[in-house]
Amino acid sequence: MLVLHCPVCGIEGEEADFHCGGEAHLVRPQSHDPENVSDEVLRDYLYLRQNPRGLHCEMWQCTRGCGKWFNAVRDTVTMEFKAFYRMDQKAPDLANFDEGQS
Amino acid sequence: MSGLPHRLPEAALGGRAGRLIDRSQTLSFTFDGKTLTGHPGDTLASALLANGVRVVGRSFKYHRPRGLIGIGSEEPNGLFAIGDGARMEPNIRATQAELYDGLTAQSQNRWPSLDFDVGALNARFSRLFPAGFYYKTFMWPRVFWKHIYEPFIRRAAGLGPPPQDADPDSYEQVHVHCDVLVVGGGVAGIAAAKAAMDAGARVIIADESARFGGITDLEGGTIDDIDPVEWMRATVAELAANERVQVLKRTTVSGHYDHNYAVMMERVADHNPALIAAGAPRHRLWKVRAGEVVLASGAIERPLAFADNDTPGIMLSSAVRGYVARYGVTPGHDAVIITNNDDAYRTAQTLFEAGVNVARIIDTRPDAQGTLVDRVKAFGTRLTFSSGIAGVVREAGGKGLRAIKVAPLRRSGRVGDVETIPCDLVCMSGGWNPAVHLFCHVTGKLDFSEDLASFVPGTTNERLRVVGAANGTFDLPSILKEATAGGHAAAKAAIGKAGRAPKAPTARADSEGPMEPVWFMPAEGAKNEGNKHFLDFQNDVTAADVELAVREGYRSVEHVKRYTTLGMATDQGKTSNINALGIVADALEISIPQVGTTRFRPPYTPISFGAFVGQKRGALFQPIRRTPIQSWHEVNGADYEPVGQWRRPYCFPRASETREQAVIREVLAVRTKVGLLDASTLGKIEVSGPDAGKFLDLMYTNVMSSLKVGRCRYGLLMNDQGFLFDDGVVARLDDDRFLVHTTSGNADHTAAWFELWHQTEWPKLNLFITPVTEQWAQFAIAGPKARQVLQSLDSDLDFSADAFKFMDYQAGHLNGAPVRVFRISFSGELSYEVATPAGRGLALWQAVIDAGTVHGLEPYGTEALHVMRAEKGFIMIGDETDGTVTPLDLGLSWAVSKKKADYVGKRALQTPALQRPDRRQFVGIETDDPTFVLPDGVQAIDGTDASAAEPIGYVSSTYYSPTLDRSIAFALIERGSERMGETVHFPIDDRLVAGKIVDPVFYDKEGERQNV
Repeated sequence: MLVLHCPVCGIEGEEADFHCGGEAHLVRPQSHDPENVSDEVLRDYLYLRQNPRGLHCEMWQCTRGCGKWFNAVRDTVTMEFKAFYRMDQKAPDLANFDEGQS
Repeated sequence: MSGLPHRLPEAALGGRAGRLIDRSQTLSFTFDGKTLTGHPGDTLASALLANGVRVVGRSFKYHRPRGLIGIGSEEPNGLFAIGDGARMEPNIRATQAELYDGLTAQSQNRWPSLDFDVGALNARFSRLFPAGFYYKTFMWPRVFWKHIYEPFIRRAAGLGPPPQDADPDSYEQVHVHCDVLVVGGGVAGIAAAKAAMDAGARVIIADESARFGGITDLEGGTIDDIDPVEWMRATVAELAANERVQVLKRTTVSGHYDHNYAVMMERVADHNPALIAAGAPRHRLWKVRAGEVVLASGAIERPLAFADNDTPGIMLSSAVRGYVARYGVTPGHDAVIITNNDDAYRTAQTLFEAGVNVARIIDTRPDAQGTLVDRVKAFGTRLTFSSGIAGVVREAGGKGLRAIKVAPLRRSGRVGDVETIPCDLVCMSGGWNPAVHLFCHVTGKLDFSEDLASFVPGTTNERLRVVGAANGTFDLPSILKEATAGGHAAAKAAIGKAGRAPKAPTARADSEGPMEPVWFMPAEGAKNEGNKHFLDFQNDVTAADVELAVREGYRSVEHVKRYTTLGMATDQGKTSNINALGIVADALEISIPQVGTTRFRPPYTPISFGAFVGQKRGALFQPIRRTPIQSWHEVNGADYEPVGQWRRPYCFPRASETREQAVIREVLAVRTKVGLLDASTLGKIEVSGPDAGKFLDLMYTNVMSSLKVGRCRYGLLMNDQGFLFDDGVVARLDDDRFLVHTTSGNADHTAAWFELWHQTEWPKLNLFITPVTEQWAQFAIAGPKARQVLQSLDSDLDFSADAFKFMDYQAGHLNGAPVRVFRISFSGELSYEVATPAGRGLALWQAVIDAGTVHGLEPYGTEALHVMRAEKGFIMIGDETDGTVTPLDLGLSWAVSKKKADYVGKRALQTPALQRPDRRQFVGIETDDPTFVLPDGVQAIDGTDASAAEPIGYVSSTYYSPTLDRSIAFALIERGSERMGETVHFPIDDRLVAGKIVDPVFYDKEGERQNV
């Protein structure tokens, strides 16, 4: 059972106090040019996920706290959370990830 | 058998035999109905052995008689159903069951009796039950399944009977935090806990036994110049006296999970029924969040694989030593020791000092040196080196041991020069396996130790360290050094500071020579095939089974495990795992590290269902959400149905009415007079801000921003994949304020969904999302006389048809209470939904009832609501939707905007897959027989040949309609909207029911009734 920290309201809690919303930073093509989204581009947005071995940015909701969503960087091998950051913060550079940066 | 007593005199073993028992008191207990006696301090296992009981159970597959082989949680054979009636619990290891007066134990897996077992015939046909026999035997013919194979498998599968009645005892769960969790209370755990305590950490130390000390009491030596037992007793007392330390006996750490979360089961009262009578829980489940974990779980001795090694009387060497020293019980009087290591010589010494004859020590190694060996030689015991057991002379029925056959171990594997040695006890030792189970539960990788011929902890990402025998460290001075350093380091890692590293206690112990692994001892004749060389005693897996799996092509050890069922019983292969790997490695001619090992998973030992459930039973099963009207429902005879965590009235049956009769009455009351429904559970979310309309346009399939203040609109919510997941009425309360209604079950999800899109995709839109479901009581007043009822109440609102139109919203007062009134209808009748602040709800509800009585008003429940919506052709989320249904499938294209550039799900709805003409579409069904109500979910087929047809759809809602006095149903049927008037069939049991595809609006197609 994972332990998470909500960067919006500051609460620390167990996995069961939160809800995982899957991969973060998906780019929704319709939001930018709704008339020109091919079926292939739509498929990739809707269904293709990175599922990496290693660092993964994902969305979580603070269901039993403030109700807001936030992002987390989790190592899928060790299950360690490396960072929690608000939705309005930039995605960390995973290729050069430094645990001190967030 | 010799007839000599198995309980040794107190004077045996220098006056130390039976250290744990109180001989001054006698307890009585029953075993398969027979009354036996023991002493306080006995386990069920030691008491059975003291009474000369050899056979304690029948084996799983072949029903071979089995005796005890172990002394702790590793015991695979001695499983009992303990207790009576509802308190009976199956599969309890006798070695861990503490004896109390009046204990009742039943042996398992035998029929009709332990002594005579019909299933033992299976053993005669053991060639029919090889590895994978489930897959090979029960294949065909198909008709045999129902009457022959399945009953056989059901009877044969599973160990032990379940209790038949509700468990009368209580169970509890607790959540705790600590700096350092020490798993295991042997000498390593005690030393580690002390070091962590001295460093200032908050410590929990847990051991599965009724006493601390592990097997250190059986290993000799000294700690700080005193007997290790005395040292441990004093140190545990010191731990227990410290307020930062929690010392837990009878507590098994059964699982280790991510982020140092551990689950422990404490057997609080199993050993003493008086505690339960005094109100104690039977078991307590601890959920621990630890800063650091120190694993000191010790090691488990492994058996040796020789022919008929499962004969009662053949036991683990350390277990025999333990029974003698702890309980003053010897399982036999003429012992043979078979070993590949020095530790078994300690057993020889103990037996000798207790006055038990050691007929022979058989050592598989060419030679053995050292103090342990020398001491035994001095007793005059005969030693035979480079030899193994080539066979067992069994008593009739295999219920005991008469002699063993010794033969030299030759490279050729051929057996010769056999010598027969009479004996009634064999103490076997195949070396020791570190108990690495918990280390592996999360990410721990194992290394293979050639010295131990076993796996030891390697690397882990967890904040966990392993000390003592669990880490492959077996020598007492080294254990103490490693554990003390480990406990101190864990404390330092957990709390940041720990002071100077402490010095470990000084210890002395006998040195041991190296062990040499032996995976298979050749046997005489056909038994050399290995089909009586048992590896997994609990699941009856033999060396031959494992070899056969390899011959049949299995290479992965995970596959061999599942094919043979090795290690898959309740003991999880504690004694069998490494021996099987040795056999697989030999068969594949590769090394054990190349074979690898199967993954250990929680739980280490079984956890009771009661402990899992804890306090969450009966009324505490889950929290119940109550509407403001709930107390009225309770005194007015509501018959409930669960809706999420709500309990909604299904109907309000009157005296002597059935549910069905009540629903019919309620429907007709709404259709002809007026009804009142508690709709407070309906989800309510306020979306407010300058961009609220723009935001809802992106969420809903239709346009919400064009809604005028004071008007309502029905809307649909899709996910971005184009599938419908919720619907409801949106009202515009003000220019910048909308009230969104959701279904009762989706309120939380929809609020989170709005938040997600607002935060991720459209954060620049200026608005707030506020769930307000429980702030409001809401009820529907529906029926031709609804307006008259409202008009008879004191109000500043004009309810007349012209002033308050269909789909209008108005705020005002009713009977003195502030209200929001929506003229919307889910029943198809003239209907007003009235919302008032929750605290005013009950009074207003009562006022409406009082005002409505003269008009024939009746409260109605959810079922009448459902029937009426179906009569009107309205869909229900969760009935007509299942996550794969689009608004277009449901004929709701009128609510799906083509003008808006973008909204969630719009683009996906245009994909070829969701535009296919052969998708299943929403239709009504009228059965040819109007009195027949279709079962929910039944499949529909074309034509009348049910055996050949593929389903073309299914029934999604089905009712008897009181209004139309006939059955009605909805279905999702391929190309359904093109097929109006066609007949389809529904296979139900052995017959076909015919029904016609019709328009789903069964009643008042023009909607005149709601628009008056």
